[in-house]
Amino acid sequence: MGLVQKCERFSWLIPIAVLLVLWEVVARAHLFPEYLFPPFSKVVLTAFLLAENGILWEHLMASLLRVLVGLLIGSMTGVGLGVLMGYREKVYRALHPIFSLLMPIPVLGWLPLFILWVGINEALPILLIFICSFFPLLYNTISGIRSVDRGYVEIARSLGASERRAFLDVVMPLALQNIITGMRLEAGMAWRTIVAAEMIAIPMGIGSLLINSQYLLRIDVIMVCLGVLATMSLLFEKILLWVERKSMKWR
Amino acid sequence: MTSIQLQNVSNEYVLKNVNLTIVDKTLFMLIGPSGAGKTTLLKAIAGLVKYAGRILFDGEPLDGVPPEGRGVGYVPQDFTLFPHMTVEENVAYGLKVKNVPYVEVVRRIKELLEIMGIYELRKRYPRDLSGGEKQRVAIARALAIDPKVLLLDEPLSNLDPRTSKYVREWLKYIIRKLSITTIWVTHDVNDVEESNCKVGVMLDGVLEQVGHYHEILSSPSNDKVSKFLGLANVFPCDVVSFRGPFAEVDVNGLRIMVPYDGGKVSKIVIHPHDVVVSKEKSWAFAVNSYEGVLEEVVNERCSVNLKVRVNDEVVFNAELPEDIYKLTNLKTGEKVYLMVKPRSIKVIS
Repeated sequence: MGLVQKCERFSWLIPIAVLLVLWEVVARAHLFPEYLFPPFSKVVLTAFLLAENGILWEHLMASLLRVLVGLLIGSMTGVGLGVLMGYREKVYRALHPIFSLLMPIPVLGWLPLFILWVGINEALPILLIFICSFFPLLYNTISGIRSVDRGYVEIARSLGASERRAFLDVVMPLALQNIITGMRLEAGMAWRTIVAAEMIAIPMGIGSLLINSQYLLRIDVIMVCLGVLATMSLLFEKILLWVERKSMKWR
Repeated sequence: MTSIQLQNVSNEYVLKNVNLTIVDKTLFMLIGPSGAGKTTLLKAIAGLVKYAGRILFDGEPLDGVPPEGRGVGYVPQDFTLFPHMTVEENVAYGLKVKNVPYVEVVRRIKELLEIMGIYELRKRYPRDLSGGEKQRVAIARALAIDPKVLLLDEPLSNLDPRTSKYVREWLKYIIRKLSITTIWVTHDVNDVEESNCKVGVMLDGVLEQVGHYHEILSSPSNDKVSKFLGLANVFPCDVVSFRGPFAEVDVNGLRIMVPYDGGKVSKIVIHPHDVVVSKEKSWAFAVNSYEGVLEEVVNERCSVNLKVRVNDEVVFNAELPEDIYKLTNLKTGEKVYLMVKPRSIKVIS
């Protein structure tokens, strides 16, 4: 690879660098009071301080754990039920009317109800993440399963596979792309939901750090939190995109 | 190996009381237009659709046996290779689900891929295969499980016409070599024309006639069959003389040069689309060129059927594509010339 191509690979960094420099220059020009618009260097310094004294990790881990656990339970339930509903018409007809009624409710709409039912504890944010990942994965799985041509199952059966075996060997791998795509979209949704929930009701996590910083007018901390959120969402997206590609190498 | 018996096999909308016996280790060709129920019949034998009636392999009834217990090698029309498996994984699948030991799987796959001439493609995914290669993989996959019978659904329909000619012969060779009871479904008369196997004609879910192709052609059991196969020219004949690879035969006073391979010659079949009719005598034909009178013109959907009387006894059926017919400017009652290439004539002993 030539030097030029190597440079071109990282050309996406240039606009970001320009933006950061511009930010630094405008902030240093003191057009606004510093507590309202801190320069980039100050934000980086704050990030280091927060990381060093452990506050940032504490809050990040709280949010991350909730997102992971919620996503895991929601995905597993969504995929499991989706498989049943996609493969068995009767199950679909029994459950689809109920789910299509519940699905359009915005996730945060459930919050007041859950606060009263569940109380303010770790189960609350996990339940919210569960709701927000369950429905999209359910319907992505259903459509994934249904898009698999029945001809593949017929062939697998005639080659000696039982119905269950044909399902595991042929239907699931072919439905996988839809399922992983659903999961990727959901990861982003999960981060949005957790921040909102923590801002409103939960005393720990990136969302609560955000809202507390607002009360204390610590805009530098707010910006650190936003940076962390951007990084986390991007990380989740990239990881799942990688998994998606890995599992689809035959396409 | 296995003989197949169908007794009153019916299916709600498609099949109507199909009765058929296929002898062990033979090829049976099932011909019919699309929508006749040929695929449904194959799927019934494979246990993939519901049916009434009985299907027996070697006298053992199969009804109620699930597809995985039937030991049928089914090759569907679009081949349906598993897209997420490589060529060797596709072929190995039937062995894998039967828990055949790994060493045995490897040996069997290598053998099959070599017979099919696709060993070097074994690591590829189906998206990187041509139509012909896919077909070979699909056949290898069906054969891997050592099936009792092989079911081929329109094996040539996804190939271009030029390759399909060679693949047809290759496929017949493979079937003969493996000596496996095979049902080959097709809509193309070309597939059955040159084979010595039994042929069944299926129309609207009814198996109308079973026999050797030329028997059916010379005495179709009803109008529907003869209409489907085309109005072939079938003439009984006597040999007059031999000239190397040709024989001169007499058909009611008409001398016709036909291909000769040493066998008995008692009947000849000339396809209507092999009969050339024009207003002028063509110098391209050294033999088999006759004068006649155009007696009748019948317009079909995209072709025109002509009846040309050559002498008191002999009337030829000819078929021209509609656009060609318009160019020839032929009229009923006129004198015309009729020509047949010797090589296009089929001889029946």
